[in-house]
Amino acid sequence: MLSYIARRLAAGVVLLVAITTVAFLLLYAGGGNIARRIVGQSATEEVVARKAAELGLDKPLWEQYWNWLTGAVHGDFGRSWFSGETVVAGLTSRLAVTLALVCLTTLIAALLAVVLGVLAATRRGWIDKVVQFGSVLGFAIPGFLIALALVVVFSINLGWFRATGFIRPSDSVSGWLKSITLPVIALAVGSIASVAQQVRGAVLDALSRDYVRTLRSRGVPSRRVVYKHVLRNAGGPALAVLGVNFIGMLGGTVIVERMFLLPGLGQLAVNATTQADIPYVMGLVLATAVIVVVVNLVIDLAQAALNPRVRLS
Amino acid sequence: MSTVAVPAVPLEVLAEAPAGKVSLLRRLLRNPIGVTCLGYLVLLALVAVFGRLMAPQDPDRADPGNFLASPSAEHLMGTDSTGRDVLSRLLAATQISVAAALLATVIAVVLGVVTGLIAGYFGGWFDSISSWIAGLLMAMPGFVVLLAARAVIGPTVWMAMVVFGVLMAPGFFRLVYAAVTAVRNELYVDAARVAGLSDARIIGRHIMSVVRAPIIIQAAMAAGIAVAIQAGLDFLGLGDLGVASWGAMLNDGFAKIYNQPILMLWPSLAIALTCIALTLLANALRDELERAGAAPKRKKKAGAARDDGDVIIQAADVIVHGADAHSQALTGEVLLDVHHLRVGYDQPDGSVTEVVHGIDLRVHRGSIHGLIGESGSGKTQTAFAIMGLLPAGGRVLEGASIMFAGQELAGGSEALYRGILGKRIAYIPQEPMSNLDPSFTVGSQLTEPMRLALGLKRAQAKQRALDLLDRVGIPDPARTFAAYPHEISGGMAQRVLIAGAVSLDPQLLIADEPTTALDVTVQAEVLELIRDLQTELNLGVLLVTHNFGVVADLCDQVSVMQRGLIVEAGPVRAIFHDAQHPYTQSLLDAILDDAAPRGPLGADREEVAP
Repeated sequence: MLSYIARRLAAGVVLLVAITTVAFLLLYAGGGNIARRIVGQSATEEVVARKAAELGLDKPLWEQYWNWLTGAVHGDFGRSWFSGETVVAGLTSRLAVTLALVCLTTLIAALLAVVLGVLAATRRGWIDKVVQFGSVLGFAIPGFLIALALVVVFSINLGWFRATGFIRPSDSVSGWLKSITLPVIALAVGSIASVAQQVRGAVLDALSRDYVRTLRSRGVPSRRVVYKHVLRNAGGPALAVLGVNFIGMLGGTVIVERMFLLPGLGQLAVNATTQADIPYVMGLVLATAVIVVVVNLVIDLAQAALNPRVRLS
Repeated sequence: MSTVAVPAVPLEVLAEAPAGKVSLLRRLLRNPIGVTCLGYLVLLALVAVFGRLMAPQDPDRADPGNFLASPSAEHLMGTDSTGRDVLSRLLAATQISVAAALLATVIAVVLGVVTGLIAGYFGGWFDSISSWIAGLLMAMPGFVVLLAARAVIGPTVWMAMVVFGVLMAPGFFRLVYAAVTAVRNELYVDAARVAGLSDARIIGRHIMSVVRAPIIIQAAMAAGIAVAIQAGLDFLGLGDLGVASWGAMLNDGFAKIYNQPILMLWPSLAIALTCIALTLLANALRDELERAGAAPKRKKKAGAARDDGDVIIQAADVIVHGADAHSQALTGEVLLDVHHLRVGYDQPDGSVTEVVHGIDLRVHRGSIHGLIGESGSGKTQTAFAIMGLLPAGGRVLEGASIMFAGQELAGGSEALYRGILGKRIAYIPQEPMSNLDPSFTVGSQLTEPMRLALGLKRAQAKQRALDLLDRVGIPDPARTFAAYPHEISGGMAQRVLIAGAVSLDPQLLIADEPTTALDVTVQAEVLELIRDLQTELNLGVLLVTHNFGVVADLCDQVSVMQRGLIVEAGPVRAIFHDAQHPYTQSLLDAILDDAAPRGPLGADREEVAP
């Protein structure tokens, strides 16, 4: 088990190196262009060259990469070209906001999706039709449109929630919950839709298995068969989708955080992108890749815990 | 849909694809949802092409004196924050948004399909490298990659969509790759190769025909995601705000959300409807594909059990042999008395397909009753009906009676059966492996019913389970108790299931082909075990089988079942010596060929052995 985790983490490090290398080369290859974008299109060649030299963009690409990599190994990911803030400091404060948002959303989505999926698969009839149709809609409609609708209805018309203004949980937990309620709903809808669909399919599949009949033939009540045996066997596929959704949400939060002005990674990403603040962009790519590696590992460990046939090797 | 992960089209769909001979488009046109979505998308395509010509005003002409105007005769949808006509702008924006989504989709399809075909068909280094790159691309959230790319390429719609197309390509790569590797070694592809067809023709004719439909489905999904992503980028202000697009209009509207919220309605509707239409279209296509694949199979399956034509099948002509001295000596009180049992399945059109047409059956305490017939004769349906465990849609029809120890079970609720199943009627299934839950240990599956039904403590239940495992001949009960089903053999699993069946002290055992799925060497041992337990516990047994050899070994009484009816019934000796019905005779003839090994068990053996 421990050696499996160690091996997976080692593979994760290889993936991180691969992703950051590709990202670095793509981002820095156009060194001159970056300098020009920063100083503006009307600047003279001389100004552009001076800016490039100032940021170290005039050095050979491999040298820049080596500098970045040696720094990264020591936990130094450089500084923002604009604010001068270190990338590590800028990322960590915002990472917490985003991770809390995404984790809470995933938790809520998982619970609701399991309930809806199981209801649809076991009750069939109209519940099934509603869940299936709702899943298609929830999956199809982009999250930011749902966020917009929520703002218009609940902030502007009903005034239940403020559309903007983040409250840190350290200041007030209830305030925090209130300030992220709409963002969580906006993010959760798509996730609930796809996971509920998956749970429904997996439960239907598990229900048709022979062992369900055999368990019932031993007098195990069908409700217990569903919640203990069927759900456990249906859990694997659902977990896989949940993992994919978690990673997808890292992208989804960008829009939602921007709309609700949450000081998370998404905000940072948009600012870094528009300003061409490349050290921050690199930091973001790396942070995202680390989360991807960790989430995939956690999902695989959970799969193994659920399903004894999955061998961790 | 802010995630970029394109859900993979399940492979079953792939497998079914060749069956879709009837044009998929034609079937789609008959599907109400499909035709609605298609209609909307055609309309959208027309607007995208002719939108600028249809625009009543110049979509880019600002009128600072008339900004944020409400809808009026002059401006049907009002004006935006700089006084541009919203309707004209929406028509122009459709062109940009549709073209952008199309660009990303085309790039994804072309790149994914071409690399998938090459990697899947030829394999080798290209396979390893492209699979690795696909994995790398899929590892990262697409939106984050897009943002990173945007930092370098700047605010252009088209470059962003090229990048996004590349990001979506792995979805198509995987789809095509899986299909090609599955098909590559098929006989008909080999045949084509032997026949001298070039690789290009084999790919074109045999492989593309398999993956074409799934690619279309995936492309519809991908296009929907591209619409959403493109709008999202522009909405964030990361696109080229000088160009009218749905996302840019939304951005403008969002800035004025408190003044004129209706501004966001039109682009939102366009985005939402387009995404929904594309997703529903993909779903409708998949449904039609699955239906095309499943339809012939279902027909065949139903036909096997269904009566031929409209012949009314009556239960009158059963040949019943009288009890002889031997069978009379054996029979105790009647445990199970089934009378006029009919089993039907509700069809979607409201009709009922009958698979068991009114049968009578009696099982006595302490005796074994064989129910024999070929597959599809309704014998398993009869067994499930008695236990109230028919699959979804199946039910015992009116007028039937299932008397068990003086209690009527026909049409009984789950609550009624809860006191019966396991504790009084137990079941031994056919396939040992699929009848154990793969996620729980053997021990936990054995003890769960004991603890529920008998109220045993954990330790008591465990002890009883170990004793039972020992009793059914498992060499190391403790090890098997702790094992997962995939860690034990089929013969072991069947013993475990038998132990489970007798664990709650039942009076009646229903065994459905208990040896069919087992190795020949194990069959005799398992039959012997059932016989021993039956005598030891004085059980009544209903043994469902297709093998007269098994009947000869074990049974006291036998009922021969054909097409949902019992055609001949009586003591086993009488049937063997004096079979009247041609079907019984043909089954008897079959045991001469179907020489199932039988151990030296039954007293009847000498009489029937060939």
